[in-house]
Amino acid sequence: MAEPNTDVIQGTLDLLILKTLSLEPMHGFGIARRIEQVSRGVFRINPGSLLTALQRLERAGWLDAEWRQTENARRARYYALTRAGRKQLEVETSTWNQRATAIARLLKAEA
Amino acid sequence: MSLWRQLARGLRVLVHRGASDRDVDDEVAHYLDQATAAHVGRGLTEAAARRAAAIEIGNPMVVREQVRDYGWENIAATTAGDLRVAVRRLRTHPGFAVVAVLTLALGIGAATAIFGAVNPILFEPLAYPHADRVVMVSDVRADGSRLETTYGTYVEIAQRSRVFHALAASDAWQPALSGDGDPERLAGQQVSASYFRVLGISPALGRNFADADDRPGGPRVAILSARLVARRFGGDPHVVGRVIDLDGNPFTVIGVMPAGFSNVLEAAADVWTPLQMRQHAAFESREWGHHQTMIGRLEPGVSLDEARRELNAIARSPVADFPRPAWASLNDGLMVHALQYDVTSGVRPALLAVLGAVVLLLAIACVNVANLLLARGAQRADEFAMRVALGAGRARLVRQLLTESLVLAACGGVLALGVAEAGLRGLIALTPSGVPRAGAIGLDGRAFVFALAVTAIIGIAVGIAPALRASRNTAGRGLARASSRVAGGHAASRRVLVVAEVVLALVLLVGAGLLLRSLAQLFAVAPGFDATNVLTMQIDAAGRRYASDSARLQFFAQALDAVRAVPGVTSAAFTSQLPLSGDVDGYGIAFENDAVKSGDEGAALRYAVTPDYFKTMGIPLRAGRLVDAHDVPGAPEALVINESFAKRRFPGQNPIGQRVRVGPELNDPKRPWDYVVGVVGDVKQTSLAVAQEDQFYVASGQWDWVDNVQTLVVRARVEPASLIPLVKRAIWSVDRDQPVTRVATMAALVRQSAAERRFVLIVFEIFAAAALALAAIGLYGVLSGSVAERTREIGVRSALGATQSQILALIVREGMGLTAVGVAIGLAGAVAASRALVTLLFGVSRLDPVTYAGVVVLLAGVSALACWIPASRAARVDPSITLRSE
Repeated sequence: MAEPNTDVIQGTLDLLILKTLSLEPMHGFGIARRIEQVSRGVFRINPGSLLTALQRLERAGWLDAEWRQTENARRARYYALTRAGRKQLEVETSTWNQRATAIARLLKAEA
Repeated sequence: MSLWRQLARGLRVLVHRGASDRDVDDEVAHYLDQATAAHVGRGLTEAAARRAAAIEIGNPMVVREQVRDYGWENIAATTAGDLRVAVRRLRTHPGFAVVAVLTLALGIGAATAIFGAVNPILFEPLAYPHADRVVMVSDVRADGSRLETTYGTYVEIAQRSRVFHALAASDAWQPALSGDGDPERLAGQQVSASYFRVLGISPALGRNFADADDRPGGPRVAILSARLVARRFGGDPHVVGRVIDLDGNPFTVIGVMPAGFSNVLEAAADVWTPLQMRQHAAFESREWGHHQTMIGRLEPGVSLDEARRELNAIARSPVADFPRPAWASLNDGLMVHALQYDVTSGVRPALLAVLGAVVLLLAIACVNVANLLLARGAQRADEFAMRVALGAGRARLVRQLLTESLVLAACGGVLALGVAEAGLRGLIALTPSGVPRAGAIGLDGRAFVFALAVTAIIGIAVGIAPALRASRNTAGRGLARASSRVAGGHAASRRVLVVAEVVLALVLLVGAGLLLRSLAQLFAVAPGFDATNVLTMQIDAAGRRYASDSARLQFFAQALDAVRAVPGVTSAAFTSQLPLSGDVDGYGIAFENDAVKSGDEGAALRYAVTPDYFKTMGIPLRAGRLVDAHDVPGAPEALVINESFAKRRFPGQNPIGQRVRVGPELNDPKRPWDYVVGVVGDVKQTSLAVAQEDQFYVASGQWDWVDNVQTLVVRARVEPASLIPLVKRAIWSVDRDQPVTRVATMAALVRQSAAERRFVLIVFEIFAAAALALAAIGLYGVLSGSVAERTREIGVRSALGATQSQILALIVREGMGLTAVGVAIGLAGAVAASRALVTLLFGVSRLDPVTYAGVVVLLAGVSALACWIPASRAARVDPSITLRSE
């Protein structure tokens, strides 16, 4: 399952999804738009990767999925963070912070 | 939790494929809607917004596929699809499927059966705790061969060595058990107190031997096998404490071994009693005879090598506390082997040879199936080209083909279990009686795992080459078919496989041929007696009634008279040991004219016989006279020796009248001389294959004692087996209570002495025949495939004037060329492989030219036959039809 043409840093998509969903349950496009907006367009999400990732996270037990009826009679799939997902978010956040700090320090030392 | 989710979601997708596909479609559609709505919100028209969203998302089909590819269920679904296709393909080509499956079943089944037989005997550890620490210690002859140790050596090692947790000596003993029920002769062992501690098994009932039991004059105590207690004492749980009668002496039962106890040194042993030998005994006594089997349990952490080093250091440094006689000087060191190695060393070469043979057979079966698959791959080239054109990747094609070969192998594997079960039954029936641990032979879990592993490996091994080849071919050739009309270069790998088959078959055939010639040579060896119409059985004079020599002598004389009176009996006699029966009973012999008065000339085999023994066995007199009725107790002892012994000891002299001493206590000057009175022909005692041993005959009454177990030999006018009940009745008419055991015809003993070679030979013959058939089928398959592919070429040739015989020659030459290459390589292989058979050969070199030539002729003949059929088909090709059909 390769992740082609994504601007998202390799391996951070899960973290971004979990963080976004920690505010409220959302559907796929909602997550994509939110990430794009909050990152001010730095990250653009490929829909294929996003939907596959959502399926994976749901299987892993970090997300719950639920079908809701939309106003124009379509079905929309809403995702919500589970308790396990919240824990996972904490783990991934701290891991990311460690790495980011380390990289920042390395870059500073270089200069 | 998440594993459960994985399973549940995956199963849902598998079961409701349609619904889950719709879910993915809906989600993608909803995403597109939302994206469009977002663009509309930014002021684009509906149509422009939809286009922009579509551009952003890309091809929705790709998105859907990407999402659907996720999950284990998709891999499962693809595999299931491959399986379905594979099974369908095999069903549409039943001929191919049946041949391939049967070939594999034969190969895997044979391998599993042999594995089931060989694994428990050679490789599985003995059924003792930490069996790897149990070793056997033996004395060594000057020529490096193994010799039983003496009790004296055991005492020295036990006190000086530091590597053993426990060390034990044991001696075979066959006491007669009498009391309630029929008297019978038991197999048993006299053991030092530590024997069961070395093996690490304690009695299930009662107690083990204690050091206090194993002293000269110690208590008469016995430990019994569970088998004997069940058979003889009705499984009595209170058997401990009972007194039983062994050889006329009362023994108190102190223990019963557990039911599963396997006593590898003496598998049939049912009774154990303490050795009760003296720690320091005179050199002439039993304590210094070479008849002890010494086993030891190493201390934890001590390796076999360390034990070897220590024991050999002890052997090289005699100390004053432990004087050694010349025949137990340990000058040649001590031999230390793992017990497992020692108990199986006799059958190891035979079993390894059989294992090698079955590996060859399995290889041929695999090569044959690979060959079939290659042939089918060639026929399916179009199909693969079409699949590639439709977008199938190479990995996908290989996967499909591997699935097919795995299905074949799995079907073969299932059938193989039936073949193995049947084969194993045959093997057990064939197994020579002397094979240790034969009871462990069987299809157990390990054999099944073995079959499974072999099946899986074969499925991949057999499939991988054809699969790679098929998937590679398609790339270049595409849908163009022109290539199939000229002589096929792509058949090269099939040719290689056929050559491999010829090579493997030749190696097996040479092995079978060498063994066949060995067996013929062996049976051509004169045993030294006339085995036809001779019946033998062992008779006891056990119990207090026969405590004296004269009573025993009288019993055997009366029994002999009674047997002679049986109608159909020509003559009858008793002997203390019977040729080829497994008996080995030797005594030192010293000659008056001996330059070296060491008294230890080495053992000659002793036969204490009644006068008619030579006549009954048909052993010819060469010089002097036979033992006769005048050789009675008190008269000067008359000795008859065998021909080659006489020639070796008395070259150019007359052996008759020479004075010798034989028996125990040779150095006693008060011992009267024996006189050599006659020379008889050589007789084979141990086996037909062993070089001639020295032998001497003495009248039963003139030996130091009268043996209480003797073997009756009866020459009959009729089929000897038919006399068994009459002869037994005659013996029991003298004394109803004496056991009669080991009833066999002499002819059967002769056959049995070659049983091990016969066993290997039969296995090799079966495997070689199967290999020959498979090689012929392989050759036939390649040639008929080649003829089918070259039909057009052959048509052109005959249109251009080639005669039928020229075309016939063309095809036959192709086939015989392959055979010739295979034979050339195979001969080299057979020469190398025959090394493994050397110990099983007799009277024939492993490079025996007759065998090699015969095998080559046989193989060439069968190949020619396999070539002839496709060649004659090619010769009948009608050019007008083939050329027009294009």
